[in-house]
Amino acid sequence: MGKINIMKFTLNKAKRGQQLLVQQLPEGDYKLQLIRFGILEGETITCLDKIFGGTIIIQKNRLEIALGNDLARQIIVSSLN
Amino acid sequence: MTFQTNEIPVKTFPEYSKVVLVGNPNVGKSLIFNHISGMYVEVSNFPGTTVSITTCQYKKYFIYDTPGIYGVSSFNDEEKVTKEIILKADIIISVVNALNLERDLFLTLQLIEMGKKVSVILNRIDELKKYQIKINSKKLSELLGVEVFTTSALTGEGLENIDEIIEKAREGKQDKFILEKIKHIKNFNLDKSTYLLLLEGDRDLINKYNLQISSEDVREEIYIHRRNRVKEIVDAVESKDTPAGIFFSNFGRLALKPVTGIPILIGILFLIYIFIGDFVSQRLVDFTENSIGKNIVEYNIKKFVSYYIPSEIEINILDNDENVIETINEKFPKGIIEESEKFKEIETRTSGKTKEANFKYQNPIVQFFFGEFGVITMTTTYLFFLLLPLIISFYLVLSFLEDSGYLPRLAALVDKTFTKLGLNGKAIIPIILGFGCVTMATITTRMLGTEREKTIATAILQFVIPCSAQLAVITVLLTAAGLEATVIYIVTILTIIILTSTILNKIVPGVSQPLILDLPLMSIPQIKNVLRKTYYRTVGFMKDATPLFFIGTSIIGLLQVTGLINYWINFLEPITTKVLQLPKESAVAFIMGMIRRDFGAAGLFHMSLTKYQVVVSLVTITLFVPCIASFLVMLKERGLKIGLTIWAGTWIFAFTLGGILSHILM
Ligand SMILES: Nc1nc2c(ncn2[C@@H]2O[C@H](COP(=O)(O)OP(=O)(O)OP(=O)(O)O)[C@@H](O)[C@H]2O)c(=O)[nH]1
Ligand SMILES: [Mg+2]
Repeated sequence: MGKINIMKFTLNKAKRGQQLLVQQLPEGDYKLQLIRFGILEGETITCLDKIFGGTIIIQKNRLEIALGNDLARQIIVSSLN
Repeated sequence: MTFQTNEIPVKTFPEYSKVVLVGNPNVGKSLIFNHISGMYVEVSNFPGTTVSITTCQYKKYFIYDTPGIYGVSSFNDEEKVTKEIILKADIIISVVNALNLERDLFLTLQLIEMGKKVSVILNRIDELKKYQIKINSKKLSELLGVEVFTTSALTGEGLENIDEIIEKAREGKQDKFILEKIKHIKNFNLDKSTYLLLLEGDRDLINKYNLQISSEDVREEIYIHRRNRVKEIVDAVESKDTPAGIFFSNFGRLALKPVTGIPILIGILFLIYIFIGDFVSQRLVDFTENSIGKNIVEYNIKKFVSYYIPSEIEINILDNDENVIETINEKFPKGIIEESEKFKEIETRTSGKTKEANFKYQNPIVQFFFGEFGVITMTTTYLFFLLLPLIISFYLVLSFLEDSGYLPRLAALVDKTFTKLGLNGKAIIPIILGFGCVTMATITTRMLGTEREKTIATAILQFVIPCSAQLAVITVLLTAAGLEATVIYIVTILTIIILTSTILNKIVPGVSQPLILDLPLMSIPQIKNVLRKTYYRTVGFMKDATPLFFIGTSIIGLLQVTGLINYWINFLEPITTKVLQLPKESAVAFIMGMIRRDFGAAGLFHMSLTKYQVVVSLVTITLFVPCIASFLVMLKERGLKIGLTIWAGTWIFAFTLGGILSHILM
């Protein structure tokens, strides 16, 4: 068996209801802010909803967090389902 | 005894310990503080309610309520304020939302690692039961090395132990990894808290001590390590989750989706309109202002005065359409007391009928205080029987919105639109609060991330957002002027908001941050909190407004008596009659408007205006200078230069836009 090729994409492209694995966070302050929320590389999150214009609502455990489009575009994820 | 602001009263009471409530936003710190202090600081269901520190004395302690933070650092103003007080604290009470253990323990661990004496409060235990989640607090206490208490700030459960919670605070278990990281501390003359924060790259402290002891990597390494520890702890103490689907309120979900969210938003606005625009501002205020204010209170004050002072009394009897059907006019040159029979007869003749009474006094001083526009009589009716019911209803609606958890969802919904204006969705929160009180909302802009966002939001608030008092008066005037006038007014104001912020977005330097906002659970607002909040805000408002209104009407009264008012009217005449195309007397409204914006609008009550003139004057007054209180707050928050620029800008802005609208309409 060869290597499984994981499709990576940015969070703003995620679909509603999709389970995601966080692959890479933007460098700097945003990264630290996200880590404090428990969103770090290797964690699983769910894309709960997408609001027009690209604001993304993600769920992590019992937390629901709204992320602006500009930030979502800098977060790289891969699909788990 | 309570103290607002950051000044620390401990200097005068050196033997008292500083006990600081620290926790993530919206976990219930302020509700706990209110419980301990018997005071009321604001409690709302959105992150970022508290933006400054409040202190109270409790037994041998000073208790501090702080703005919520996700970690000790200096990413924004709230964090800086809270960090300062944490560094000075003797005891920390780490308040944790038991439903979000994994998010909240990050901060708790950081506080313990800083070497602080800590007690942990697991709050919202009532919700924990409701959602059938179990947390082993004994195990948690072992793992953290500090005491863990469970409470519900809502019911008060567990807070009877507050003395024990404070007394048992102690230093917790120190993590090996962190100990290894800080092993060089002995080379510096610094306490552990400061050293750890320096290691975590806290910019404020680095500047203060001019000391850089680590790189970006170390900070990240510490954060990730701490996160992993949190995960281990949560796995060990929390029993299996309930299925996520049951957990979240469905309404919260629906409020977010555009297909359902927008109809929900429209529905909410419609309900507010029915309540305030129709029920309160027409039926209720008509009753309080006329039936109670004018016909009972004012009438009796004047009657009382006329007992002893010569007066002329004119009573108009009205039919159901408020047309005058009969007028009675009697003079009492020696006061009613001398001719009480005559007065009694008038009262019997008019009793039970709809009427309108006018008392005229010869004496100019009496006329000044009690006459048709008498300072005392008008202040009473206007403040207590017109404004008060409106203010209460605005505050009730706002408190309801704040406590439901809807506002953060609205923020997510409008996020995209707001990014076009140089803000992110979070800014909707201070803007909505502005409809209650612009002054308060200007302070709330602290919850926004950058200077730039704060400046833009402050400018929008000060330029265009009418506060509840002003909105109240506007509503009354607009309902009288009809639907067309109302629509023109709303469209104009919305256009101006978009215009201003688009321009500000271009000229204010810096970059805005994208939204990162955690959404609290929706909940049915607690009636008790809604009422308490409304009560305290209303009392605060009346305390502010009463003396100012009194002063304002006195100034205008004096200007009128002395004739000085004509100079002002003539001075402003080119603007009022040519630019705005209003009667020149409208200049008087602008004097009142400088004191409080709602007074400005109130000054228009007695003028006969066409419906377009109503719209033009209301738009101008809305855009005109903010009230004295919010002007002062703005100077404090944004500094003299930006503050004065915004203030002066409103003059030009108001008259220019009012003029343009006037020439389009008329
Ligand atoms: N069910 C329940 N709700 C609570 C409890 N404690 C607080 N709340 C609610 O949580 C919300 C936030 O409470 P606050 O006291 O304003 O929270 P805070 O920690 O001061 O929030 P910030 O000032 O934003 O940091 C309010 O709607 C409270 O009614 C609790 O024990 N149980
Ligand atoms: Mg608070």
